[in-house]
Amino acid sequence: MSEAAAANTASGYNFAYLDEQTKRMIRRAILKAVAIPGYQVPFGSREMPLPYGWGTGGIQVTASIIGRDDRLKVIDQGADDTTNAVSIRSFFARTADVATTTRTEEATIVQTRHRIPETPLAAGQIIVYQVPIPEPLRWLEPRESETRKMHALAEYGAMHVRLYEDIARFGRITTAYDYPVLVNGRYMMRPSPIPKFDNPKMDMSPALQLFGAGREKRIYAVPPHTRVRSLDFDDHPFAVERWDESCALCGSRESFLDEIITDDRGTRMFVCSDTDYCAERRDRREAAE
Amino acid sequence: MYVAVKGGEAAITAAHRLLAEARRGDPEVPELTIAQIEQQMSLAVDRVMTEGSVYDRALAALAIKQARGDLIEAIFLLRAYRTTLPRLAVTEPIDTGRAAVRRRISATFKDIPGGQILGPTFDYTHRLLDFALAAEERREGAATTAPSPPPLPSPAGPAVGPLPRVSTLLGDQGLIEPAADPPAGEPGDLTREPLSFPASRDLRLQNLARGDEGFLLALGYSTQRGYARNHPFAGEIRIGEVEVEIVPAELGFPVVIGEITVTECEMVNQFKGSATAPPQFTRGYGLTFGEGERKAMAMALVDRAMRADELDEEIAAPAQDAEFVLYHSDNVEASGFVQHLKLPHYVDFQSELNLIRRLRAEAETRREAAE
Repeated sequence: MSEAAAANTASGYNFAYLDEQTKRMIRRAILKAVAIPGYQVPFGSREMPLPYGWGTGGIQVTASIIGRDDRLKVIDQGADDTTNAVSIRSFFARTADVATTTRTEEATIVQTRHRIPETPLAAGQIIVYQVPIPEPLRWLEPRESETRKMHALAEYGAMHVRLYEDIARFGRITTAYDYPVLVNGRYMMRPSPIPKFDNPKMDMSPALQLFGAGREKRIYAVPPHTRVRSLDFDDHPFAVERWDESCALCGSRESFLDEIITDDRGTRMFVCSDTDYCAERRDRREAAE
Repeated sequence: MYVAVKGGEAAITAAHRLLAEARRGDPEVPELTIAQIEQQMSLAVDRVMTEGSVYDRALAALAIKQARGDLIEAIFLLRAYRTTLPRLAVTEPIDTGRAAVRRRISATFKDIPGGQILGPTFDYTHRLLDFALAAEERREGAATTAPSPPPLPSPAGPAVGPLPRVSTLLGDQGLIEPAADPPAGEPGDLTREPLSFPASRDLRLQNLARGDEGFLLALGYSTQRGYARNHPFAGEIRIGEVEVEIVPAELGFPVVIGEITVTECEMVNQFKGSATAPPQFTRGYGLTFGEGERKAMAMALVDRAMRADELDEEIAAPAQDAEFVLYHSDNVEASGFVQHLKLPHYVDFQSELNLIRRLRAEAETRREAAE
């Protein structure tokens, strides 16, 4: 037994923090979510030692599916070393003693906040999204009792009207992130606050996609090879944003770029938000030279 | 060079060290003990136990110490600990009618059987800073003995014998609606099952008992100012010790496993009659661990307001809207989500930035074309 595992046993908490009964309850919710793609399954979300809104849903999903042989990658804003990603990764290193990685290809589970990695996910991988507000209709209807009815009846006209109003007012749809999608032609789903740039990666992905909302006590899923269509209109097809710049570090023109202000005169540089993707491209370039 | 996202791990470790230092304060000043907090910050302990949903004075005191006196943070610590505890049994309902009462007042009757008992209360104190407390501290430091206060005029201990509840006295004459039947089977537990609507009263009361005192205070206050006015009277407020009993399966009869202090508030509210039932007063109920009179009263007001649907009242005010109240009462949920705005949102912000630039460029092009 490694030193960390011994300390873990000594701390008096179960493997991956949650007790086995709770994990079983969450797994049942996950199975139901996989069986009904895009449908929000209520579950008995537990109070975690991390604050609500900081990934408690994703953490509970990960804790329920992780095993000793898994390799976990945690990202926030696409980066492995943002503070909250560091905190969640060390939570699992501490309570489950699992191997962690920053390499997307090496990970069996990727827990994420606000991004999908640029490197395409493969069959067998699971991506776990941290979800703040799971209900796509929430800004249109604040009542849960109403929105559940709207989903049951597939009554999604209100969302189309909202998108249409954007076009009437601004000439385009002005939702830049958390852009609503229709899963498997049935349930409208919030992809969590990923940029709409990432939406196409969800469509027909060979990886299993799980979504956990701890505070709101909901789990939903997109099984592998499932249609995920971003809402649009025939004359205003869905399109992702592009940058005029390329990454200042790796030169990528395909990735999502973060804008960094480098001095007080407003000088800016653009770099990949996905740190692993960027570092790997740089390594490959160096190796080629 | 771009370093902002690097070094998260080292920064976190350093922040934790700084926090430990800040918590301790000046090492020249003696460290607070858990026993001191438990004894001398007892109302803070009571609030943390109530909203943290764990009756354990020592753990609550530890949480307060660890949280540097931030009670919501202390409640969070206790809740996170509570999640890991096994559920061993469901207790019998506590009987506050049999409580060893140390405070008991009614605003509805001048005198009641058993009498009014003020007990240790801030009511009727003049809120003048007592500089003698600061002076005593200095004397204690100099190890001199303070003159002992005069003895209390009457036995200060709890009143002996059970005191009938005011609501029972009213109920005997049919003037107030009967207390709600207990739920069939075990009461619900919203820490195990997600809340769904309409929520039953046991779950509503559990939510309010765990709910933030400040939030309930403001909502209760709003009902008094006309947002769902329901004419409340403080029928009775009592603070005392009650026995907690469980019925072990192998015994089949109740066994006392301990004693807890609770504060109970029974509001007597406006009456309503119908074709079939004569007018009767209605009830609102509040209960907290320890001494939590303000919270118990606010809770009773909000409980009554949320019964609007059941009592056929128009739902027009926030306090009557169960979805609004129950989804926003929890300070651990609220504190986490409000403060998650501190987490990085670069990616979403970048998307908005791109969008707003594009919209501005388009507007500019249109203006130029128009000129």
